[in-house]
Amino acid sequence: MATYKPVVVQAVPKLGERITQDLVYWRGYKIDFSPVPPYNYAVTASSRIHIYGRYSQEPIKTFSRFKDAAYCATYRDDGNLLVAGSEEGAIRLFDISGRAPLRQFDGHTKAVHVVGFLSDKYRIFSGGDDYSSNLWDIPSATEIVSYNEHTDYVRCGCASKVNADVFITGSYDHTVKLFDARTKSSVMTIEHGQPVESVLLFPSGGLLVSAGGRYVKVWDVLKGGQLLVSLKNHHKTVTCLCLNSSGQRLLSGSLDRHVKIYSTTSYKVVHSFNYATSILSLALSPEDETIVVGMTNGVLNVKHRKPEERKEKSQKKRKPVYRTYVKGRTYMPKQEDFCVSKPVKRVLRKYDKLLKSFQSSKALDAVLEPPIRLYTPEVTVAVMQELHRRGTLRSALAGRDEKQIHLLLTFVARRVIEPRFTPVLVTVADMITDIYQPVVGQSAIVDRQFLRLQEAIGKEIDYQEELLEVLGMMDTLFATFTKKRATYLEENKSNGLTETAETNTNN
Amino acid sequence: LQLYSSSLDGSIKLWDFMDGIPIKTFAVGSKLLALYAIASSEDSVFVIIPKSGERDTFQLVSVKLTKAAGQDLEAKELSVVLDGVDASPKRIAFGREGEYVASVKEVNLQVYFFKRKQLNRFSVSAMKTKSGNNHFTCIACHPTEDCIATGHADGKIRLWRNFCHKKEYTFSTLHWHHDAVMDLAFSVEGTSLLSGGVESVLVLWHNESDCRKDFLPRLGSAIEYISMSSDGTLCCTLHTDNRITIINSNLRFCKSIQGLIKSTDVKTGLVVDPRTKALVLNGEPGHLQFYCLQSDQQLFSLDIVQRQYIHQAGLNQADLVKVAFSAQGKWLATVEEREEVTDPELQLKLWFYDEETQSFKLNTRINTPHDDHITDMCFRDMDELEDDSLILVTTGRDCVFKVWVMVEDTDPEAQQSVSWSCDFVGSYHNYQATNCCFSEDGSLLAVSFEETVTVWDSVTWDLKCTFCHPPGKIRNICFGRLTCSKYLIGTTDYGFLCCWNLLSCALEWSAHLNVLVLQPDPLSEHIAAVSWLSKESSLFVFKPNEPRPIYIQRNLCKEKIQLAAFVPRDEPEMIGSEKYLWLRRSQLFFLTDTQELMTLSTKSLEERLTPSSKQLAVEESLPVTPFSLLLGKHRRQQSQEDTDLGKLFVRKKHEQDSPAVRELLHTPAHVLPSASFLCPIFINSLLISKENKSAEEVADEAEMESEKTDDDSDEDGDVSEMEQEDTSPTELLQEMTCKLSKSQEKELRKIRKMDYSWISAF
Repeated sequence: MATYKPVVVQAVPKLGERITQDLVYWRGYKIDFSPVPPYNYAVTASSRIHIYGRYSQEPIKTFSRFKDAAYCATYRDDGNLLVAGSEEGAIRLFDISGRAPLRQFDGHTKAVHVVGFLSDKYRIFSGGDDYSSNLWDIPSATEIVSYNEHTDYVRCGCASKVNADVFITGSYDHTVKLFDARTKSSVMTIEHGQPVESVLLFPSGGLLVSAGGRYVKVWDVLKGGQLLVSLKNHHKTVTCLCLNSSGQRLLSGSLDRHVKIYSTTSYKVVHSFNYATSILSLALSPEDETIVVGMTNGVLNVKHRKPEERKEKSQKKRKPVYRTYVKGRTYMPKQEDFCVSKPVKRVLRKYDKLLKSFQSSKALDAVLEPPIRLYTPEVTVAVMQELHRRGTLRSALAGRDEKQIHLLLTFVARRVIEPRFTPVLVTVADMITDIYQPVVGQSAIVDRQFLRLQEAIGKEIDYQEELLEVLGMMDTLFATFTKKRATYLEENKSNGLTETAETNTNN
Repeated sequence: LQLYSSSLDGSIKLWDFMDGIPIKTFAVGSKLLALYAIASSEDSVFVIIPKSGERDTFQLVSVKLTKAAGQDLEAKELSVVLDGVDASPKRIAFGREGEYVASVKEVNLQVYFFKRKQLNRFSVSAMKTKSGNNHFTCIACHPTEDCIATGHADGKIRLWRNFCHKKEYTFSTLHWHHDAVMDLAFSVEGTSLLSGGVESVLVLWHNESDCRKDFLPRLGSAIEYISMSSDGTLCCTLHTDNRITIINSNLRFCKSIQGLIKSTDVKTGLVVDPRTKALVLNGEPGHLQFYCLQSDQQLFSLDIVQRQYIHQAGLNQADLVKVAFSAQGKWLATVEEREEVTDPELQLKLWFYDEETQSFKLNTRINTPHDDHITDMCFRDMDELEDDSLILVTTGRDCVFKVWVMVEDTDPEAQQSVSWSCDFVGSYHNYQATNCCFSEDGSLLAVSFEETVTVWDSVTWDLKCTFCHPPGKIRNICFGRLTCSKYLIGTTDYGFLCCWNLLSCALEWSAHLNVLVLQPDPLSEHIAAVSWLSKESSLFVFKPNEPRPIYIQRNLCKEKIQLAAFVPRDEPEMIGSEKYLWLRRSQLFFLTDTQELMTLSTKSLEERLTPSSKQLAVEESLPVTPFSLLLGKHRRQQSQEDTDLGKLFVRKKHEQDSPAVRELLHTPAHVLPSASFLCPIFINSLLISKENKSAEEVADEAEMESEKTDDDSDEDGDVSEMEQEDTSPTELLQEMTCKLSKSQEKELRKIRKMDYSWISAF
């Protein structure tokens, strides 16, 4: 004893981009040239440091005490102090509220591209083009230690948030070095393979990310600098790295105009942004409200995240009193009681109800109603297929007036070229032309639809032919390619053989 | 409570159906096609017999049953009641307390009144419409009034009244069915009429004047018979797919009794579910039935197609064609197809066994996996690698085979889910792919393309080698197992069985045998081949490493055997004779053309009969509801035919250990084979003989058996035309002879016991 089974509507997976949670999240950023933060954001450009307000598009503050270009303005954790390096080799420390530098650290002989606070807040590390990385004491403005281990420009660095003595620097000599302020030399050296453009430590301090060339590499520091993953998703040099607030996502900006977002669990790209020109720097505000991107054409691109829409709390309906609500529900039937179970009522769609009672024509009418026809054409097609399966499609299609034929033909002409509907709709089109052949020429509207249908099918055939041609061309290309590879392998083999022969003779 | 049954061999039996004991047997002498007993005449029954001398004409006769004592009686008092009746029992009905009998044939209705001895004939004008002709299909008589209801092939029901007059009769027509009315039944009071047909809808007509009716739709399959219980509370329908449905008087479904569901065509083959050890095959249309062999019950029915099945003749609807289980039964792959004019509608579905709900859950659905029909499908059977390297291979008539693999969803944050996608498409010279098979370790895949077998590496999907045995296309292929895993077996259309060695890539041996079914045993290296030669099926069991069969069973049955399956036993059975050693771990089942399921049994007939008769008794006492005798007769006859055909166990000779031992003892030492070869046989025989000694009676019986099989024990391995003695009369005779020589037998056994001790002392 079976119940009626509703028509199965074939779900076809959507091609193209899959909507993931990430997509939804990162799509929330819209392009907006209004700069940042209550977490004040500093932008170094040319010889100035601009600080932008959260919503205003003008700098709210500007430091212009540099003679030449300023680099790498960095905030201290508490947001009160700002430090920046400069082209002339001096490092300046500013108070956010004041204008004049509080301290100036001299010692680098060339430009300083990277500065930063250690996590104890009283020391600064820096790296310069003179290949040295230094550690400075803020109160006394003196150099604590200087490491001269790199053999090329030091262009990036990062301080550990866990240990106040540990910081890392990356250099154009292809290495990343880990320094401990308590020792006189570097603790660890990691070979990246390309000039290192950016380094990053995970909040836990255990993982290190370095970017250089087209690669982003993730290293396990605790295992002595073992390579975990090497990501090659950009096709130009990766210039900057950034982590989001939760540490779940890693962002990388590149000269190829893309910002890619990786999941830090799988290291797969989950989203990417496209920008107008090459990207030099990238920052993400805490809580991920804003992405700021600096580009080669001097434009600062700021994306704000749309505030999350609060779900409106619908007014609570007055629920029945608890006592009436549970009335009778807790009653346990006794053994001699005769239980009458309430049948579960199944809700059927309108077309299913009609199909259940074998009213094929009406069922077809039901699925040709505008909302179903327009938004869920798969339902319409599924019902058509079901009717065909029952052998009643012809009678359902027959006996319709001008308006209905017009509607049917419009639907068929529009959808027949969609691959998922083609098999069914071709039969439908066949039947319609069969049935209404005698009345062709009596109505201009219907004739026009017939012509449209013909046109659509003709176009599709041409298109398929073209595709076949392309496929043939590709086949020849592939064939030659595999052949070449085979010969190449053979050559290799012969080389190997001759080599062994040579060694034999040598012996 | 007694029951009459009639059978085609011309006997009427009286049963006590509560206890399952036959009370009397009446021999009538001719074929009995239907049996009617009416309450008013207790000492005679009515039967339909073929008219002597003429083909296809039948007559209704009344048989006087003598009251004489004794089990076997003759009933020769026949008197013809009606001539020219139809053979179908549905087309004769007895009216109102047996006053008249009505019979229909083609377009004629005849009514015979017993008291007046008057015969009235009526006919409807023959006409053909789109839905069929208006021939009579069935008849029912009103229990209290003079009213006859007839069903017609075009779906109409006519109600005849006033038929005691030749001219002034009237009839009214009821029409709802769109196909033939299969059966009609009046309610006990006669207030309503039940009708059923191909639509599988039970229609209840309340009153003939107004067309008020109730329906009970979707009963599963076409209704063949309808009958009411004598108290009118229950009604029961018998369906074409071997099922009985019991329905309340207010048209509520009550219970259904079903065993193996008969489907129109078993396309899926016989598959064994590794989890439940149930036999899996086509059930209801679009369903897969899991049939438990031990309890003869349907475990459950899995809806694969998930579409409303329209019960209408001439519609081609989606049906299940292929089924495959993974090694642990965790995954199930099904293929369903619907024949279309242009191209078939194909769907490949993959089901995952959900531990929580204890059923299969749809995981992936693939539309049109191939452009043409799928010919074969198999999983890679690897127990230890079940999860990560599960591979499914399908072969299609579109000249390719496809490899499907499980892929995990790429998004790590999404719910952990797997789906299946195509991994590799292989083809060979644009030949149609017909069969596929994985080797036991899963490293090799064999795919047959018409005349050629290709062997592929399952890791790199490189073509390793090809085998061919022209002429003739490959019909079946399979790999050897365990010690014989280096062999590949194939059978061809032209009647060749070939065995190729995979190590040397050469033909090892071949035999001329028209093999229909090739079935490897999953638990041993044995392979069963069923051949079809000169209108009988024969079974050959062999190991791939030697061309000599281990076991031959000629004349297995008269029908063509379509499918076979090895079902693993729960625990290895103790089997005495070495001849049946191959049945130790699994049991072999066959399905014939006529959808009879058979098995090979190692036990002797007596041993088998005792439990089964007991079981029969239990089964017969099951329907305790007081069904009318009439119903019982219909049903009994039906089911008897069923049992006659369906439970026809293949009889087997039971062989004892004696030949082995005797051979060992009586053959001169210098012609004996090596000791290592003899040892297992000898030890086996010793083990069994001790068991026999403990049970004296069993041993006696066994002795008889051995005596009986002495004659043909010699030509075991040979291809002999010797007929197996099967029939019970000869058996009885032999029993007699055995009894006579019992004393000698005992002597013999004593001697042999001494021999044992003497041997074992060494």
